[in-house]
Amino acid sequence: MSTKRISRREALRAAGIVVGAGIAGVGPRPLVPSGLRQVVYAASPENPLRIGFQVHRTGIGAVYGRWWERTAAAAATYINEKGGMAGRPVRLVSEDDGTDPARGAIAVEKLTSEDKVDLIFGTLFSNVVIGSAPRAGELKIPYLVVSEGYHVASGKLNRYCFQPGITDVRAQLTAISSWIVNNLGKKITMIYPDYAFGYDHRDFWGKGAARLGATVQALIPIPPTETSFTKYFSRIPADTEVLYHVMVGPGVPTFVKELGEYFGSKRPHLFGFIDSLEGVDLASPGLEFLEGSHFWEAFPRYAGGYNTSFERTYRERLGVSASGASARDPKDVSTYSHMFGVWETLFVIKQTVEQSGYKRPGPKDYKAFIETLERFQGFSEGVGHPQGPKKFVGRIHQAFGQQFISRVDTKRLTVVHKTKVEDSLYPPEADYTKQPL
Amino acid sequence: MRGDHRSAIVAIHAALIAALVCLQVVVPPFHHMLLARIMVLAAYAIGYNLLLGYTGLMSLGHAMFFAAGMYGAGLPLFYLGVGAPEALLLGIAASLVLAVVIGALTLRTSGASFLIVTLMFAQVFYLSTLYFNRITLGDQGFVLAGHLPPISLGALRVTLSEPVVRYNLALATFAVCLGISLWLVGSPIGRVLVAIRENEDRTRMLGYNTFAYKLLALTISAAIAGFSGSVYAVITSYVGASFAAILYSIYPLVWTLLGGSGTALGPFVGTAVMTYTIETASRFTSSYLIVVGVILVALVMRFPSGIVGALRQRWVPWLP
Repeated sequence: MSTKRISRREALRAAGIVVGAGIAGVGPRPLVPSGLRQVVYAASPENPLRIGFQVHRTGIGAVYGRWWERTAAAAATYINEKGGMAGRPVRLVSEDDGTDPARGAIAVEKLTSEDKVDLIFGTLFSNVVIGSAPRAGELKIPYLVVSEGYHVASGKLNRYCFQPGITDVRAQLTAISSWIVNNLGKKITMIYPDYAFGYDHRDFWGKGAARLGATVQALIPIPPTETSFTKYFSRIPADTEVLYHVMVGPGVPTFVKELGEYFGSKRPHLFGFIDSLEGVDLASPGLEFLEGSHFWEAFPRYAGGYNTSFERTYRERLGVSASGASARDPKDVSTYSHMFGVWETLFVIKQTVEQSGYKRPGPKDYKAFIETLERFQGFSEGVGHPQGPKKFVGRIHQAFGQQFISRVDTKRLTVVHKTKVEDSLYPPEADYTKQPL
Repeated sequence: MRGDHRSAIVAIHAALIAALVCLQVVVPPFHHMLLARIMVLAAYAIGYNLLLGYTGLMSLGHAMFFAAGMYGAGLPLFYLGVGAPEALLLGIAASLVLAVVIGALTLRTSGASFLIVTLMFAQVFYLSTLYFNRITLGDQGFVLAGHLPPISLGALRVTLSEPVVRYNLALATFAVCLGISLWLVGSPIGRVLVAIRENEDRTRMLGYNTFAYKLLALTISAAIAGFSGSVYAVITSYVGASFAAILYSIYPLVWTLLGGSGTALGPFVGTAVMTYTIETASRFTSSYLIVVGVILVALVMRFPSGIVGALRQRWVPWLP
C-alpha cells in the first residue's frame, strides 16, 4: 500500500473547489441562470419576445438593481399570465452593467449582438445611461431607461433612447416647487451631492424658486466621499426658512443624525427627496429628527398613500408589505418611490409592440416601434400604470406624471399633497423626431 | 541571449499583431468591439507596465493619466469641434504635461509613499472632474457622437463610428504602444530602468541620474495611458469621471500582474484573460465576480510571476 502526502498547494486547491461548489449551491441565485435559460427560450416554440434588461446587479447601484430586477420579473410574469405581448410570451435576458458606464456599453453590445434581444430597457444611474446610449444608437436598437435624469429629455442622447415610464428630475422639481414655497417658506438653502444628480436639483430648483418669488440663500454641495457633515452646517444662513436636502448613499443616516445634533429642537423646515432614504427603514435609529419634515415621493411607500385598486394589485404582485418592505423580510425595504418605472416601462413596451405591429429585430420593425411610441400622447392609469396617468411628449421621448409630497408622521410617511400631471411640464428643449432612423 | 533571439522576438510580436489583423474578419460583432476595447486597454496596461514592470514603481494614480487623455481629447472635440487627429494629439499632450508636473513631485518619494502620493493626486484629479462639472459634466459625462467629423485621407473619408475603423484604430494604438515598449526595454534606456528596478542606489552610484530616468519612464508611461484614454473616448463616444476613479488605476495593475509584470506581452494577455473571464463567467452566473475572483486567485497562486512571466521562467527565457 502506498501512501501519498497531501501538499499544501493540493490542500488549497481542494479547499478552493469546495468553497466554489458551496458558493454555487448557496449563492443568492443559482449558478446556471441566464446562459442556459437563453438556450431553452431560443428553442421554445412560443416565439418569445426577448427583452434585454440592463441592470445594476453590482456596483453602487446594486440596492436599486435588486428591486429593479424583482419588479421586472413581477411585471413579466403578470404580462405573460395575461397573454404576453401581441400574444407572444416575454422573456427577460438580464445583463449586469456593474453600475459602470464602460461595462454598461458592453452590456448593450452583448444583449444586442450575442443575445439578440428585441430591445433593451431598465438601467438607472445617469452615467451608465449616458455611457451606454451611444452604443444603443449605433446598434440602432430601442433603449428604454428608467433613470430620472434630465439626459433623455435634454436631447443629449439619440432617437433610440426613451424614458416613458418615469418622470425626470426637472419635471419633479417643476411640480413641487410651488408647494414648498407656499407652505414651508421662501428663503431656501440647498444641500445636495456634489455630482450630476445634485446639479439637476441645484440648477432646476434655482430657476423654479426665483419664478415663485423665493430666494436660494445658499448652495451647499457635499463631496461624494464625505462621511461627516457637521462642518457644512455652519454655512447654512441663520434666516433660512427651508433646508432642502437631497443626500444619497450610505452617509445619509449620519447626515440626518448630525443635522439633528446641530439644530436641536430649533430648526428650519426640512424638505428632502426620498432618494435620500430609499431602501432605508424610517424607524431606523437616528432618523427621529426627521419627524414632521417633508419628502417628495414619486410613488408613496406606505399603503394608503395612493389608495387605488391598481396600486394594491401592483404592491401585491411585487410582494411588498404595507410599509414598503419585502413581505417576506420586513428589514428588506424597497425602493418603492422609483421602481414602478420598471413595471410601467414594460407595459409601455407591450402597448408599443402591439400597436406598431413589431415582429422581429430589424430596421423596418424598429422604425415602426419608435415612430409609434413617439406618437403616443400619454398612458392611462391602470394596472400597467399604477403610479397614475402619464403625459408623453414624443419629441423629447419623456413621460410626465403626478408627484406626491409626504410628511414623516410617527416614523412613517403620510401623503399630504398630490400634484397634477400638468404641474410637472416644462418647455421642451429638443426634438428627437428630427433625427434620422 | 536576447540578441540571439531577436528574429524570434520580432516574429512572436508580429504574429500577435497579424493574428489581431486577421481576427477582425472572422469574429462576431460583439467580440469585434470587445477586442477593440481590449486592445486599447492593453495599450494602457503596456504603459503601466513600463513603470511597474521595468522601473519598479507601483502607481495607484494612473487613472489620472488615462482620464487626462480622455478629457484632453474629448473636451476639444465636444466644445471646440476640432478634428479627431488633433484631439488625439491634445489627449496625449494633456497627460504628458500632467506627468511631468506630477512626476517632478511624486518621484521624490518611493515604495509605498509613491503609491499613496500618486493615489492622492489621482483623487484630486477625479474630484476636480466633478468640481468643474459645468465643463466636464461631472459624473454623468458627455457623449461624443455627433462631434466626430470624418477624417479625410486623400480621397478616402474615414468615419470613426464604423466598426472596422474603430477596430483598426484600436489595433494601431496597441501596435504602436507595443512597439514603443519593445524598443524601450531593449534600448540602453530600458536597461537603466531595469537597473533602477533592481537596485537604484547602485545605479546612481554608477553615475546615472536615476530621478531623470524615472521621470522619463513616468512620462512615457503616462503619455501611453493618455493616448489609450483618448482613443478609448473616441471609439466609445463617451467621456466621464468614472474613468478617473480609483478602479481604473487598479485595473492596469491587475492586468499587468496577471499577464506578467516586466514582460512585453503580459499586459495584453492579462487584459484579455481578465476581460474574457468576466464575460464568460457572467454568462453562467450573476455571482460572476466571485468566480472571477477565485480564478484570479488560483492563477496568481499558480503563476506568481504572471502568465507570460511563467512562460518565460519555464520555456522561453529570452522573451522580453
